[in-house]
Amino acid sequence: MSYKILSLGDSASFPGAHPLLDKAERDGDVALVLGNRVPEALERLGKRDGYRAVVVELDMECLGVYTGESRGEEGSNMLGFARFRLGSDPASNLIELVRQPATPQAAIDAARRVFESAGLQVAVCKDVPGRILNRLIRPYYNAALRRLDEGLASAADMDITLKLGLGYPEGPIGLLERTGLDRHYDVTQTLWEAYGDPGYVPARRAQIAKQRALVEAQVQAWTERDDEIADD
Amino acid sequence: MSTIKTVGVAGSGTMGSGIAIVAARAGFRTIVYDVSQPSLDRARKQTEGFFAKSVERKKLTQAQVDTILGNLSSTTDIATMAQCDIVIEAVFENLKVKHELLAKLDAVCPPETLFASNTSTLSITEIAAGSGRDERVIGMHFCLPAQLMKLVEMSPGLRTSDEAFQAAWDLCKAMGQIPVKTKDNPGFILNYFLIPFNNDAIRMVEAGLAEPAEIDRAIKTGLGYAMGPLELLDLVGLDTHLLVAEALYAGTHEPRNQVPALVKRMIAAGHLGRKTGQGFYKYSGNAMFGG
Repeated sequence: MSYKILSLGDSASFPGAHPLLDKAERDGDVALVLGNRVPEALERLGKRDGYRAVVVELDMECLGVYTGESRGEEGSNMLGFARFRLGSDPASNLIELVRQPATPQAAIDAARRVFESAGLQVAVCKDVPGRILNRLIRPYYNAALRRLDEGLASAADMDITLKLGLGYPEGPIGLLERTGLDRHYDVTQTLWEAYGDPGYVPARRAQIAKQRALVEAQVQAWTERDDEIADD
Repeated sequence: MSTIKTVGVAGSGTMGSGIAIVAARAGFRTIVYDVSQPSLDRARKQTEGFFAKSVERKKLTQAQVDTILGNLSSTTDIATMAQCDIVIEAVFENLKVKHELLAKLDAVCPPETLFASNTSTLSITEIAAGSGRDERVIGMHFCLPAQLMKLVEMSPGLRTSDEAFQAAWDLCKAMGQIPVKTKDNPGFILNYFLIPFNNDAIRMVEAGLAEPAEIDRAIKTGLGYAMGPLELLDLVGLDTHLLVAEALYAGTHEPRNQVPALVKRMIAAGHLGRKTGQGFYKYSGNAMFGG
Protein backbone atom coordinates (compact mmCIF):
# COMPACT_ATOMS: atom_id res chain seq x y z
CA MET A 1 0.00 0.00 0.00
CA SER A 2 1.66 3.24 -1.12
CA TYR A 3 1.17 6.40 0.89
CA LYS A 4 2.15 10.03 0.95
CA ILE A 5 2.67 12.27 3.97
CA LEU A 6 1.58 15.84 4.29
CA SER A 7 3.13 17.34 7.41
CA LEU A 8 2.29 20.76 8.83
CA GLY A 9 3.17 21.90 12.34
CA ASP A 10 4.45 19.78 15.21
CA SER A 11 3.68 16.08 15.20
CA ALA A 12 3.35 14.50 18.65
CA SER A 13 3.02 11.06 17.08
CA PHE A 14 6.10 11.25 14.85
CA PRO A 15 8.40 13.95 16.22
CA GLY A 16 11.54 12.26 14.90
CA ALA A 17 12.85 9.61 12.54
CA HIS A 18 10.64 6.57 12.02
CA PRO A 19 10.28 3.93 9.28
CA LEU A 20 6.78 5.28 8.59
CA LEU A 21 8.31 8.57 7.47
CA ASP A 22 11.07 6.86 5.48
CA LYS A 23 8.72 4.72 3.43
CA ALA A 24 6.42 7.52 2.29
CA GLU A 25 6.25 8.29 -1.41
CA ARG A 26 5.52 11.50 -3.35
CA ASP A 27 2.07 10.22 -4.06
CA GLY A 28 0.11 7.22 -2.88
CA ASP A 29 -3.17 5.41 -2.27
CA VAL A 30 -3.36 6.74 1.28
CA ALA A 31 -2.66 10.27 2.52
CA LEU A 32 -1.31 10.71 6.05
CA VAL A 33 -1.75 14.17 7.51
CA LEU A 34 0.78 14.76 10.29
CA GLY A 35 1.18 17.71 12.64
CA ASN A 36 -1.09 19.99 14.60
CA ARG A 37 -2.29 22.16 11.70
CA VAL A 38 -4.86 19.73 10.37
CA PRO A 39 -7.37 22.19 8.79
CA GLU A 40 -4.62 23.93 6.85
CA ALA A 41 -3.12 20.61 5.75
CA LEU A 42 -6.49 19.37 4.55
CA GLU A 43 -6.89 22.54 2.51
CA ARG A 44 -3.53 21.90 0.89
CA LEU A 45 -4.35 18.25 0.26
CA GLY A 46 -7.32 19.35 -1.81
CA LYS A 47 -9.74 16.77 -3.17
CA ARG A 48 -9.81 13.73 -0.88
CA ASP A 49 -12.00 11.37 -2.88
CA GLY A 50 -9.12 9.91 -4.83
CA TYR A 51 -7.47 8.34 -1.81
CA ARG A 52 -8.38 5.00 -0.30
CA ALA A 53 -8.00 6.69 3.05
CA VAL A 54 -7.02 10.10 4.40
CA VAL A 55 -5.68 9.70 7.92
CA VAL A 56 -5.24 12.78 10.09
CA GLU A 57 -3.23 13.04 13.28
CA LEU A 58 -5.28 13.78 16.38
CA ASP A 59 -4.30 15.11 19.76
CA MET A 60 -7.07 15.06 22.37
CA GLU A 61 -9.73 16.19 19.90
CA CYS A 62 -12.20 13.97 18.08
CA LEU A 63 -12.13 13.29 14.35
CA GLY A 64 -15.62 14.80 14.04
CA VAL A 65 -14.05 18.22 14.59
CA TYR A 66 -12.63 17.94 11.05
CA THR A 67 -15.31 15.87 9.34
CA GLY A 68 -18.46 17.23 10.93
CA GLU A 69 -21.13 14.87 12.29
CA SER A 70 -24.75 14.23 11.40
CA ARG A 71 -27.38 11.84 12.72
CA GLY A 72 -24.83 9.19 13.72
CA GLU A 73 -24.38 8.40 10.04
CA GLU A 74 -21.07 10.22 9.55
CA GLY A 75 -18.18 8.38 7.99
CA SER A 76 -16.04 8.66 4.88
CA ASN A 77 -12.55 7.74 3.75
CA MET A 78 -11.20 10.11 6.41
CA LEU A 79 -9.93 8.56 9.66
CA GLY A 80 -8.02 9.85 12.65
CA PHE A 81 -5.05 8.43 14.47
CA ALA A 82 -2.80 9.07 17.43
CA ARG A 83 0.34 7.25 18.47
CA PHE A 84 -0.05 6.58 22.17
CA ARG A 85 2.35 8.30 24.51
CA LEU A 86 2.24 8.36 28.28
CA GLY A 87 3.31 11.76 29.54
CA SER A 88 6.98 12.38 28.90
CA ASP A 89 7.63 8.80 27.75
CA PRO A 90 8.67 8.26 24.14
CA ALA A 91 5.78 7.47 21.80
CA SER A 92 4.76 3.81 22.01
CA ASN A 93 4.34 1.40 19.13
CA LEU A 94 0.55 1.70 19.37
CA ILE A 95 -1.59 3.54 16.86
CA GLU A 96 -5.16 4.21 17.94
CA LEU A 97 -7.02 4.40 14.64
CA VAL A 98 -10.26 6.33 14.86
CA ARG A 99 -13.27 5.48 12.74
CA GLN A 100 -16.78 6.87 12.50
CA PRO A 101 -20.04 4.91 12.33
CA ALA A 102 -20.15 4.79 8.52
CA THR A 103 -16.44 4.64 7.76
CA PRO A 104 -15.99 2.07 4.97
CA GLN A 105 -14.12 -1.08 6.02
CA ALA A 106 -11.86 -0.67 2.96
CA ALA A 107 -10.64 2.69 4.28
CA ILE A 108 -9.96 1.22 7.72
CA ASP A 109 -8.07 -1.70 6.19
CA ALA A 110 -6.00 0.59 3.98
CA ALA A 111 -5.03 2.83 6.92
CA ARG A 112 -4.24 -0.17 9.10
CA ARG A 113 -1.95 -1.65 6.44
CA VAL A 114 0.04 1.59 6.14
CA PHE A 115 0.82 1.69 9.87
CA GLU A 116 1.49 -2.03 10.13
CA SER A 117 3.89 -1.85 7.20
CA ALA A 118 6.03 0.44 9.36
CA GLY A 119 6.03 -2.03 12.28
CA LEU A 120 3.32 -0.32 14.31
CA GLN A 121 0.41 -2.06 16.08
CA VAL A 122 -3.07 -0.75 15.34
CA ALA A 123 -6.15 -0.71 17.56
CA VAL A 124 -9.32 0.53 15.90
CA CYS A 125 -11.85 2.44 17.98
CA LYS A 126 -14.78 4.78 17.65
CA ASP A 127 -14.41 8.55 17.74
CA VAL A 128 -14.64 9.19 21.48
CA PRO A 129 -12.60 11.40 23.82
CA GLY A 130 -9.65 9.48 25.24
CA ARG A 131 -10.08 6.77 22.61
CA ILE A 132 -9.17 3.39 24.22
CA LEU A 133 -6.18 3.82 26.49
CA ASN A 134 -6.67 7.19 28.13
CA ARG A 135 -10.33 6.39 28.64
CA LEU A 136 -9.42 3.13 30.39
CA ILE A 137 -6.34 3.92 32.40
CA ARG A 138 -6.93 7.44 33.72
CA PRO A 139 -9.57 6.45 36.31
CA TYR A 140 -7.17 3.75 37.54
CA TYR A 141 -4.33 6.24 37.89
CA ASN A 142 -6.62 8.73 39.63
CA ALA A 143 -7.80 6.04 42.05
CA ALA A 144 -4.20 5.07 42.84
CA LEU A 145 -3.32 8.69 43.64
CA ARG A 146 -6.43 9.11 45.76
CA ARG A 147 -5.85 5.89 47.69
CA LEU A 148 -2.23 6.90 48.30
CA ASP A 149 -3.53 10.08 49.94
CA GLU A 150 -5.98 8.01 51.98
CA GLY A 151 -3.21 5.76 53.27
CA LEU A 152 -4.33 2.46 51.71
CA ALA A 153 -0.65 1.51 51.49
CA SER A 154 2.68 3.15 50.87
CA ALA A 155 3.54 4.17 47.31
CA ALA A 156 6.19 1.45 47.19
CA ASP A 157 3.77 -1.24 48.42
CA MET A 158 1.05 -0.18 46.00
CA ASP A 159 3.47 -0.26 43.10
CA ILE A 160 5.03 -3.60 43.99
CA THR A 161 1.61 -5.16 44.59
CA LEU A 162 0.36 -4.21 41.13
CA LYS A 163 3.63 -5.30 39.52
CA LEU A 164 3.87 -8.67 41.25
CA GLY A 165 0.17 -9.38 41.48
CA LEU A 166 -0.89 -8.42 37.98
CA GLY A 167 2.40 -8.50 36.08
CA TYR A 168 2.24 -4.80 35.21
CA PRO A 169 5.67 -3.52 34.10
CA GLU A 170 5.42 -0.55 36.43
CA GLY A 171 3.26 0.53 39.35
CA PRO A 172 0.96 3.54 38.92
CA ILE A 173 2.62 5.90 41.38
CA GLY A 174 6.15 5.43 40.07
CA LEU A 175 4.90 5.60 36.51
CA LEU A 176 2.99 8.85 36.99
CA GLU A 177 5.80 10.54 38.87
CA ARG A 178 8.25 9.47 36.16
CA THR A 179 6.13 10.54 33.19
CA GLY A 180 4.66 13.71 34.70
CA LEU A 181 1.73 14.16 37.04
CA ASP A 182 1.03 17.53 35.43
CA ARG A 183 0.52 15.77 32.10
CA HIS A 184 -1.86 13.34 33.78
CA TYR A 185 -3.74 16.43 34.94
CA ASP A 186 -4.03 17.74 31.37
CA VAL A 187 -5.49 14.49 30.05
CA THR A 188 -7.88 13.89 32.94
CA GLN A 189 -9.11 17.48 32.94
CA THR A 190 -9.99 17.12 29.25
CA LEU A 191 -11.78 13.81 29.85
CA TRP A 192 -13.58 15.17 32.91
CA GLU A 193 -14.91 18.05 30.79
CA ALA A 194 -15.91 15.62 28.04
CA TYR A 195 -17.63 12.97 30.15
CA GLY A 196 -18.52 14.62 33.47
CA ASP A 197 -17.55 11.28 35.03
CA PRO A 198 -16.04 11.70 38.54
CA GLY A 199 -13.46 9.01 37.75
CA TYR A 200 -11.72 11.53 35.49
CA VAL A 201 -11.58 14.43 37.95
CA PRO A 202 -7.84 15.10 38.26
CA ALA A 203 -6.58 13.64 41.53
CA ARG A 204 -5.30 16.07 44.16
CA ARG A 205 -1.67 15.15 43.51
CA ALA A 206 -2.11 15.83 39.79
CA GLN A 207 -3.73 19.19 40.54
CA ILE A 208 -0.81 20.15 42.79
CA ALA A 209 1.71 19.03 40.16
CA LYS A 210 -0.05 21.12 37.52
CA GLN A 211 -0.15 24.19 39.76
CA ARG A 212 3.50 23.69 40.60
CA ALA A 213 4.40 23.42 36.90
CA LEU A 214 2.56 26.72 36.28
CA VAL A 215 4.36 28.38 39.19
CA GLU A 216 7.72 27.15 37.91
CA ALA A 217 6.92 28.45 34.44
CA GLN A 218 6.00 31.84 35.94
CA VAL A 219 9.23 31.96 37.95
CA GLN A 220 11.17 31.11 34.80
CA ALA A 221 9.42 33.92 32.92
CA TRP A 222 10.20 36.41 35.71
CA THR A 223 13.84 35.33 35.77
CA GLU A 224 14.16 35.76 32.03
CA ARG A 225 12.48 39.19 32.20
CA ASP A 226 14.84 40.28 35.00
CA ASP A 227 17.82 39.07 32.97
CA GLU A 228 16.63 41.08 29.99
CA ILE A 229 16.19 44.20 32.12
CA ALA A 230 19.68 43.73 33.56
CA ASP A 231 21.12 43.32 30.07
CA ASP A 232 19.44 46.57 28.99
CA MET B 1 12.50 -15.17 62.20
CA SER B 2 9.20 -17.00 62.49
CA THR B 3 8.30 -18.79 65.70
CA ILE B 4 5.57 -20.71 63.92
CA LYS B 5 6.19 -24.42 63.44
CA THR B 6 2.84 -25.81 62.27
CA VAL B 7 0.63 -24.16 59.66
CA GLY B 8 -3.00 -25.09 59.24
CA VAL B 9 -4.95 -24.44 56.07
CA ALA B 10 -8.73 -24.60 56.18
CA GLY B 11 -10.20 -25.35 52.78
CA SER B 12 -8.68 -27.58 50.10
CA GLY B 13 -9.86 -25.76 46.98
CA THR B 14 -7.50 -24.10 44.52
CA MET B 15 -6.32 -21.41 46.94
CA GLY B 16 -6.12 -23.66 50.00
CA SER B 17 -4.08 -26.28 48.12
CA GLY B 18 -1.73 -23.62 46.79
CA ILE B 19 -1.17 -22.09 50.23
CA ALA B 20 -0.51 -25.54 51.68
CA ILE B 21 2.12 -26.15 49.01
CA VAL B 22 3.80 -22.84 49.89
CA ALA B 23 3.91 -23.69 53.61
CA ALA B 24 5.03 -27.30 53.21
CA ARG B 25 7.64 -26.37 50.60
CA ALA B 26 9.14 -23.88 53.05
CA GLY B 27 9.60 -26.66 55.62
CA PHE B 28 6.58 -26.04 57.83
CA ARG B 29 4.55 -28.94 59.13
CA THR B 30 1.29 -28.31 57.30
CA ILE B 31 -2.19 -29.66 58.02
CA VAL B 32 -5.02 -29.14 55.56
CA TYR B 33 -8.54 -29.31 56.94
CA ASP B 34 -11.69 -29.76 54.88
CA VAL B 35 -15.13 -31.20 55.63
CA SER B 36 -14.94 -33.19 52.40
CA GLN B 37 -12.58 -36.20 52.15
CA PRO B 38 -12.98 -36.38 48.34
CA SER B 39 -11.92 -32.73 48.15
CA LEU B 40 -8.83 -33.47 50.28
CA ASP B 41 -8.02 -36.49 48.10
CA ARG B 42 -8.34 -34.41 44.95
CA ALA B 43 -6.11 -31.69 46.44
CA ARG B 44 -3.48 -34.27 47.43
CA LYS B 45 -3.45 -35.69 43.91
CA GLN B 46 -3.07 -32.23 42.39
CA THR B 47 -0.32 -31.38 44.87
CA GLU B 48 1.58 -34.57 44.04
CA GLY B 49 1.17 -33.73 40.35
CA PHE B 50 2.55 -30.24 40.93
CA PHE B 51 5.63 -31.57 42.72
CA ALA B 52 6.15 -34.30 40.11
CA LYS B 53 6.45 -31.49 37.55
CA SER B 54 8.89 -29.68 39.84
CA VAL B 55 11.10 -32.79 39.80
CA GLU B 56 10.67 -33.17 36.05
CA ARG B 57 11.79 -29.58 35.56
CA LYS B 58 14.67 -30.14 37.97
CA LYS B 59 13.50 -27.43 40.34
CA LEU B 60 13.38 -29.94 43.17
CA THR B 61 14.87 -33.39 43.73
CA GLN B 62 12.70 -36.40 44.49
CA ALA B 63 14.22 -36.51 47.96
CA GLN B 64 13.18 -32.89 48.58
CA VAL B 65 9.67 -33.61 47.34
CA ASP B 66 9.44 -36.65 49.60
CA THR B 67 10.34 -34.45 52.56
CA ILE B 68 7.82 -31.77 51.54
CA LEU B 69 5.01 -34.28 51.08
CA GLY B 70 5.99 -35.79 54.42
CA ASN B 71 5.35 -32.36 55.97
CA LEU B 72 1.88 -32.25 54.47
CA SER B 73 -1.09 -34.03 55.99
CA SER B 74 -4.85 -33.59 55.82
CA THR B 75 -7.84 -34.12 58.03
CA THR B 76 -11.61 -33.88 58.16
CA ASP B 77 -11.45 -33.66 61.96
CA ILE B 78 -11.30 -30.01 62.97
CA ALA B 79 -9.92 -30.96 66.39
CA THR B 80 -6.63 -31.78 64.63
CA MET B 81 -6.17 -28.07 63.97
CA ALA B 82 -5.46 -27.63 67.68
CA GLN B 83 -1.85 -28.53 66.76
CA CYS B 84 -1.46 -25.45 64.57
CA ASP B 85 0.28 -22.19 65.49
CA ILE B 86 -1.64 -20.46 62.71
CA VAL B 87 -4.66 -21.46 60.64
CA ILE B 88 -5.08 -19.79 57.26
CA GLU B 89 -8.65 -20.05 56.06
CA ALA B 90 -9.35 -20.27 52.35
CA VAL B 91 -13.01 -21.21 52.31
CA PHE B 92 -15.92 -19.80 50.30
CA GLU B 93 -15.95 -15.98 50.10
CA ASN B 94 -18.93 -15.49 52.38
CA LEU B 95 -18.86 -13.81 55.78
CA LYS B 96 -21.31 -16.25 57.39
CA VAL B 97 -19.35 -19.29 56.16
CA LYS B 98 -16.10 -17.83 57.48
CA HIS B 99 -17.66 -16.95 60.85
CA GLU B 100 -18.97 -20.48 61.26
CA LEU B 101 -15.56 -21.94 60.48
CA LEU B 102 -13.67 -19.55 62.77
CA ALA B 103 -16.07 -20.19 65.63
CA LYS B 104 -15.40 -23.92 65.32
CA LEU B 105 -11.65 -23.34 65.13
CA ASP B 106 -11.82 -21.03 68.14
CA ALA B 107 -13.43 -23.83 70.12
CA VAL B 108 -10.59 -26.29 69.44
CA CYS B 109 -7.44 -24.17 69.00
CA PRO B 110 -5.36 -22.81 71.89
CA PRO B 111 -5.90 -19.10 72.55
CA GLU B 112 -2.49 -18.17 71.14
CA THR B 113 -3.18 -19.71 67.70
CA LEU B 114 -3.35 -17.07 64.97
CA PHE B 115 -6.18 -17.06 62.46
CA ALA B 116 -5.52 -15.66 58.99
CA SER B 117 -8.00 -15.13 56.21
CA ASN B 118 -7.24 -15.41 52.51
CA THR B 119 -10.23 -13.23 51.68
CA SER B 120 -9.81 -11.01 48.63
CA THR B 121 -12.76 -8.71 49.22
CA LEU B 122 -14.26 -9.07 52.70
CA SER B 123 -13.27 -6.91 55.66
CA ILE B 124 -10.73 -8.48 58.00
CA THR B 125 -12.28 -6.62 60.91
CA GLU B 126 -15.70 -8.07 60.09
CA ILE B 127 -14.29 -11.56 59.67
CA ALA B 128 -12.37 -11.19 62.94
CA ALA B 129 -15.52 -10.10 64.75
CA GLY B 130 -16.87 -13.63 64.45
CA SER B 131 -13.66 -15.38 65.46
CA GLY B 132 -13.77 -15.13 69.24
CA ARG B 133 -10.20 -13.73 69.12
CA ASP B 134 -10.28 -10.67 66.95
CA GLU B 135 -6.91 -9.39 68.20
CA ARG B 136 -5.28 -12.48 66.65
CA VAL B 137 -6.85 -12.36 63.17
CA ILE B 138 -4.89 -11.14 60.15
CA GLY B 139 -5.65 -10.78 56.45
CA MET B 140 -3.27 -12.82 54.28
CA HIS B 141 -4.42 -12.61 50.69
CA PHE B 142 -2.34 -14.88 48.46
CA CYS B 143 -2.50 -14.40 44.70
CA LEU B 144 -3.69 -17.11 42.35
CA PRO B 145 -1.93 -19.50 41.79
CA ALA B 146 -0.54 -19.26 45.32
CA GLN B 147 2.18 -21.87 44.74
CA LEU B 148 3.69 -19.71 41.97
CA MET B 149 2.90 -16.12 42.96
CA LYS B 150 5.10 -14.50 45.61
CA LEU B 151 2.87 -11.60 46.59
CA VAL B 152 0.75 -11.67 49.73
CA GLU B 153 -1.44 -8.69 50.72
CA MET B 154 -1.40 -8.48 54.51
CA SER B 155 -3.95 -6.48 56.45
CA PRO B 156 -4.54 -5.97 60.14
CA GLY B 157 -8.12 -5.62 61.32
CA LEU B 158 -9.02 -2.73 63.59
CA ARG B 159 -8.39 -4.87 66.69
CA THR B 160 -5.47 -6.97 65.41
CA SER B 161 -2.50 -6.77 67.80
CA ASP B 162 0.87 -5.64 66.51
CA GLU B 163 2.41 -8.85 67.83
CA ALA B 164 -0.06 -11.04 65.90
CA PHE B 165 0.47 -9.07 62.69
CA GLN B 166 4.24 -9.25 63.05
CA ALA B 167 4.13 -13.02 63.64
CA ALA B 168 2.06 -13.52 60.47
CA TRP B 169 4.38 -11.16 58.57
CA ASP B 170 7.44 -13.13 59.70
CA LEU B 171 5.77 -16.39 58.68
CA CYS B 172 5.01 -14.96 55.25
CA LYS B 173 8.65 -14.07 54.73
CA ALA B 174 9.81 -17.41 56.12
CA MET B 175 7.62 -19.09 53.49
CA GLY B 176 9.56 -17.21 50.81
CA GLN B 177 6.68 -14.90 49.98
CA ILE B 178 6.73 -11.12 49.52
CA PRO B 179 4.29 -9.45 51.95
CA VAL B 180 2.87 -5.98 51.42
CA LYS B 181 0.89 -4.17 54.09
CA THR B 182 -2.47 -2.69 53.19
CA LYS B 183 -5.31 -1.19 55.15
CA ASP B 184 -8.36 -3.35 55.83
CA ASN B 185 -10.10 -2.02 52.76
CA PRO B 186 -12.52 -3.78 50.38
CA GLY B 187 -10.44 -5.41 47.66
CA PHE B 188 -7.20 -4.40 49.44
CA ILE B 189 -4.90 -3.19 46.65
CA LEU B 190 -5.15 -5.71 43.81
CA ASN B 191 -8.87 -6.16 43.47
CA TYR B 192 -9.62 -2.57 44.40
CA PHE B 193 -7.81 -1.46 41.25
CA LEU B 194 -8.32 -4.48 38.99
CA ILE B 195 -12.10 -4.90 39.21
CA PRO B 196 -13.12 -1.37 38.12
CA PHE B 197 -10.47 -1.41 35.40
CA ASN B 198 -11.88 -4.66 34.02
CA ASN B 199 -15.44 -3.38 34.39
CA ASP B 200 -14.51 -0.30 32.35
CA ALA B 201 -13.06 -2.52 29.61
CA ILE B 202 -16.30 -4.55 29.57
CA ARG B 203 -18.35 -1.34 29.36
CA MET B 204 -16.22 -0.30 26.39
CA VAL B 205 -17.16 -3.54 24.61
CA GLU B 206 -20.78 -3.16 25.72
CA ALA B 207 -20.92 0.33 24.21
CA GLY B 208 -19.37 -0.90 20.97
CA LEU B 209 -16.41 1.49 21.24
CA ALA B 210 -13.92 -1.17 20.20
CA GLU B 211 -13.71 -4.93 19.73
CA PRO B 212 -12.18 -6.98 22.56
CA ALA B 213 -9.09 -7.79 20.50
CA GLU B 214 -8.53 -4.09 19.74
CA ILE B 215 -8.79 -3.15 23.43
CA ASP B 216 -6.43 -5.91 24.50
CA ARG B 217 -3.95 -5.02 21.77
CA ALA B 218 -4.02 -1.38 22.86
CA ILE B 219 -3.33 -2.27 26.48
CA LYS B 220 -0.54 -4.70 25.66
CA THR B 221 1.19 -2.53 23.07
CA GLY B 222 0.64 0.85 24.70
CA LEU B 223 1.37 -0.11 28.30
CA GLY B 224 3.40 -3.31 28.02
CA TYR B 225 0.93 -5.42 29.99
CA ALA B 226 1.32 -9.16 29.50
CA MET B 227 -2.43 -9.66 29.01
CA GLY B 228 -5.30 -7.44 28.03
CA PRO B 229 -8.22 -7.07 30.44
CA LEU B 230 -10.62 -9.10 28.32
CA GLU B 231 -8.16 -11.96 27.87
CA LEU B 232 -7.66 -11.90 31.63
CA LEU B 233 -11.40 -11.94 32.28
CA ASP B 234 -11.78 -14.96 30.01
CA LEU B 235 -9.01 -16.71 31.93
CA VAL B 236 -10.44 -15.88 35.36
CA GLY B 237 -14.01 -16.66 34.29
CA LEU B 238 -16.86 -14.19 34.13
CA ASP B 239 -18.71 -16.02 36.92
CA THR B 240 -15.74 -15.48 39.22
CA HIS B 241 -15.47 -11.85 38.14
CA LEU B 242 -19.15 -11.37 38.97
CA LEU B 243 -18.70 -12.78 42.49
CA VAL B 244 -15.67 -10.66 43.29
CA ALA B 245 -17.07 -7.49 41.72
CA GLU B 246 -20.40 -7.82 43.52
CA ALA B 247 -18.59 -8.27 46.83
CA LEU B 248 -16.41 -5.25 46.09
CA TYR B 249 -19.39 -3.14 45.08
CA ALA B 250 -21.24 -4.14 48.24
CA GLY B 251 -18.27 -2.94 50.27
CA THR B 252 -17.65 0.32 48.43
CA HIS B 253 -20.76 1.37 46.47
CA GLU B 254 -18.38 2.94 43.97
CA PRO B 255 -20.07 3.01 40.52
CA ARG B 256 -17.06 1.59 38.66
CA ASN B 257 -17.22 -1.55 40.78
CA GLN B 258 -20.77 -2.31 39.69
CA VAL B 259 -20.83 -5.22 37.27
CA PRO B 260 -21.87 -4.22 33.73
CA ALA B 261 -25.09 -5.82 32.49
CA LEU B 262 -23.17 -7.54 29.69
CA VAL B 263 -21.49 -9.83 32.22
CA LYS B 264 -24.79 -11.25 33.43
CA ARG B 265 -25.98 -11.74 29.85
CA MET B 266 -22.78 -13.57 28.95
CA ILE B 267 -23.05 -15.78 32.03
CA ALA B 268 -26.67 -16.57 31.16
CA ALA B 269 -25.51 -17.56 27.68
CA GLY B 270 -22.81 -19.82 29.11
CA HIS B 271 -20.03 -17.56 27.84
CA LEU B 272 -17.92 -17.76 30.99
CA GLY B 273 -14.54 -17.58 29.28
CA ARG B 274 -11.92 -20.21 28.56
CA LYS B 275 -13.55 -22.84 30.73
CA THR B 276 -16.67 -22.94 28.54
CA GLY B 277 -14.90 -22.33 25.25
CA GLN B 278 -16.33 -18.86 24.79
CA GLY B 279 -16.13 -15.55 26.56
CA PHE B 280 -15.00 -12.36 24.91
CA TYR B 281 -13.12 -14.69 22.57
CA LYS B 282 -13.87 -18.14 21.20
CA TYR B 283 -11.51 -20.94 22.15
CA SER B 284 -10.76 -24.25 20.56
CA GLY B 285 -8.20 -26.14 22.64
CA ASN B 286 -5.46 -23.65 23.33
CA ALA B 287 -6.00 -21.67 20.15
CA MET B 288 -7.59 -18.26 20.44
CA PHE B 289 -9.83 -16.67 17.84
CA GLY B 290 -10.84 -13.04 17.71
CA GLY B 291 -14.16 -12.26 19.36
